[in-house]
Formats: sequence, C-alpha cells, structure tokens
Amino acid sequence: MSEPIIKFEKVVKSYGNYRVLNDLDFEVARGEKVTIIGPSGSGKSTVLRILMTLEKINGGVVSVGNEPLWHEQGPNGLVPAREAHLRKMRKQLGMVFQQFNLFPHMTVLRNLTEAPMSVLGLSKQDARERAEELLQLVGLADQLQKFPNQLSGGQQQRVGIARALAMRPKVMLFDEPTSALDPELVGEVLNVIAKLAEEHDLTMLLVTHEMRFAREVSDRVCFFDQGNIKEQGTPDELFTNPKEERTRAFLKAVLEG
Amino acid sequence: MPWFDYLKPLADGAWITVQLTVFSTILGALLSFIFGIGKLSDNWAIRAVSIAYIEIFRGTSLLVQLFWLYFALPIAGDAIGLDLRLPPVVAGVAALGLNIGAYGAEVVRGAIQAVTPSQYEAATALNFTRRQTLWKISLPQAIPEMMPSFGNLAVQNLKDTALASLISLGDLAFRAEQLRNYTQDSTTIYTIVLLMYFGMALVLTAMMRVLEASVGRWRGARS
Repeated sequence: MSEPIIKFEKVVKSYGNYRVLNDLDFEVARGEKVTIIGPSGSGKSTVLRILMTLEKINGGVVSVGNEPLWHEQGPNGLVPAREAHLRKMRKQLGMVFQQFNLFPHMTVLRNLTEAPMSVLGLSKQDARERAEELLQLVGLADQLQKFPNQLSGGQQQRVGIARALAMRPKVMLFDEPTSALDPELVGEVLNVIAKLAEEHDLTMLLVTHEMRFAREVSDRVCFFDQGNIKEQGTPDELFTNPKEERTRAFLKAVLEG
Repeated sequence: MPWFDYLKPLADGAWITVQLTVFSTILGALLSFIFGIGKLSDNWAIRAVSIAYIEIFRGTSLLVQLFWLYFALPIAGDAIGLDLRLPPVVAGVAALGLNIGAYGAEVVRGAIQAVTPSQYEAATALNFTRRQTLWKISLPQAIPEMMPSFGNLAVQNLKDTALASLISLGDLAFRAEQLRNYTQDSTTIYTIVLLMYFGMALVLTAMMRVLEASVGRWRGARS
C-alpha cells in the first residue's frame, strides 16, 4: 500500500457525552476507492464531515496528504488550525452531499463556475470550459442554463458531483449521494460515480447504503459500528464472508430489508 | 372655506412627507444592512456596536429620539464647542432612518440566519471565504425573504413621519394642524389627511411589491 493520503489517528468526536468516533484509526491510500457502510449513528458520515472541515474533532489527529488537517505546527508542537490553514487543506477535498446543496439562486453553469472563479481565480472563459467539460461527463451538457429546482433529483446530484469536481480535488467525499433520491433515479447517479472511479485516479471515500454498488466500485469496504471500524476488507471478503457477528447481522438486515 | 381649498396646502405638506419617507427609508435600509450584517460579525467590537445601535434605537421612543436630535444635540454640541444644530429635515430624516434601521437590522440578521446551514456547508466545501459566502451565497438568498418585512417597515415609516411635524417640519400632519387651527374644520381636514396617508401607503406598498418581485428572481426560477 502506497503512502496514505488520509490518515485518522486515535480520532475522537463527541457530542456531549455521546462518542460518535471512538479512537478511530483509519487510512486511505492515494487513488483508493473506499466505501463506508454501517448502521445510522455509527459515525460514518462524521468521518466525511470531519475531512471536509464541517465538524471539529475532540481528540487525535487527522492528516490529509501527510499534513495535519485540524492542526498546524506551532512552536511547541501541534496547535489548533486557523482558517488560513483550513482553507489551504480544503483545496484537496471535494464533497457531494446527500441533499445536493446546490445554490438555488444560480444556474447550473454558475453553480459550477462561481467557486473556480472566485476561489481559484480562473477566468470566466476557463471556468466555463471546465464546467462544460464536467457537465458532459455527468451527461448534463444541455442543462447549463437551468436552475436547480428545474432538474430532477438525479440530475441535481449529478450537478453536485460536477460542482465538486470543478475544484479539481484530490479526494472526493460522497455522503450518501443517493439516499435522497427516488429509486428510479439512483442508477444514473451511481453510473456517474462508477465512471469516475474507473476513469480517474481520484481517491474516493463513499458512504452509502447501496450494497451492490459498494461491491462493484470499491477497493475496500469498511463496516462501521459504534464509532469505529468493526470489520474491513475487500468487497468479496466483507460481503461473502464476514467474520464478525455484528457485520453479518447488519448485512442480513440490509440485504433482506 | 370649501374642502377643495384645503388640498393645495395639504398637497404641499404631503410632498414633504413623501421626501421624508423616501430619504429616511433609504437611510434606514443602508443602516439595516450595515448593522444587521455587523451583528453577525466575527469581530466582537463590530458586533458590540451593532447590538448597541439596535437596542438603543429599538428600545427608546422615536419621538424622544427626534427631540433629542433636534433640541438636545445642539446644546450638547455647544458644551463641547461644536455647532450641531440640524435643519428640521435633516433631524427628521436622521431620526426616522436611525429608528427604522434598527428594526430593519433585525430583519436582515434574521433572514441571513434563516439561510439553511446546508448552504453554508456547501460554501465551506467549495472553499469560499466568509465574505464571499455572505455576498454570493447568503445575501442573494436572504434578500427576497427580507422584502415582506421591509414592506411593513416602509409603511410604518411613512406613518411615523407625522411625528416630524412636532419639530416644525411642514409635512402633511403639520399642515393639517395649521389648517385646523385656522378653520376649526377638523372633520373635513382629518378625513382628507387620512385618505392622503392611506393613498401614499398604497403607492408605497405597490412599489415594495415591485421591488419584491424583482429580487424574487434571485430565488431561482420556479419550476
């Protein structure tokens, strides 16, 4: 396994007395596609939200590309990161949200060009070219003047994926990208993600309840339970031959449910 | 005096009322945004100034604010060697604008805070700065939500201008009072004045509707 691009060391996250992440150790290699599965409340989305700097951690160290994410080097060791450090680190990460979180007051095109222009400093021309290329990739090249609420959920989520990719992140985080979709729209979104996984050397971290999909695209599947990894392995190992009783019970409930 | 002879002086007064309303509403709108956004600042000093402004002007009577600016400020200025005498129009516009701005600031703050957290999360994920997030993400979504409340405040402000007659500003209420002293025809005069205020309020409401519709498109097209 090559140098990990993401590393959680003894990470603790709690809300009051409730520990969402319990001394979590977790690594993702460059280019690796990792799926996180598990019951709700097991901390799987929290892992992504911590990486996107949407949630602070209460203990341990998270590193991205060998540099601490939530800390920076002070004169006497690590100190909590300031906004400038977080902004630098965020450049490497992109996130796709369960509820899409598109900007409702912007057209599809502007949803894709606004951040590349104002954050990365791209020219209007370059940002537009990049946007058109990405919309082509997600199969929405003809929708760029539409507003989000004129699109179906599946189309909105594909815009969400393109918007995150427009920032050229090294790591893509997918937080239950199909959970808010009508069943018949799930496929189009999963197809886009599968295509990304195949054709790009992006590192991908995916939280999902789509077990068959997880099996197809991931290099590794992690089963989270009670704030830690209960079991992990290749999709074949985990789905066909789970070792832990807890994993078996979960898979049984999900696959038969 | 037949009733239509009242119209000329009352119309003169109404024109002053219109100007007072327009200028103080514009001033109030500016103050609303400055202090409404200021109240959400990371900087505690800016936040403190904003809260102080809002609480002082919401928590005291408009009439007293008006009298203070017009009668007390010049004397206070005198004591420190400054000429702070304000013409009645300036005092009137300032008091009305400062007062309505304090209410408006709360509207602005509320509307910005009502933008869903998921929009801020998307902005963070795309690495927008706080300032970019405010201008590009939250304000365009918050402004349409502010408009109904702003409409109410503008009409309230129009009616509040009547208080300015008490610092000898020749607005509609002032002219009415003058005419009534002269003719003792209270019923006719106040009926006309009532209708004039109501007519102006209708026009103002219609204008706010137009404004509301024109910023409504920032919400994004409706499917």
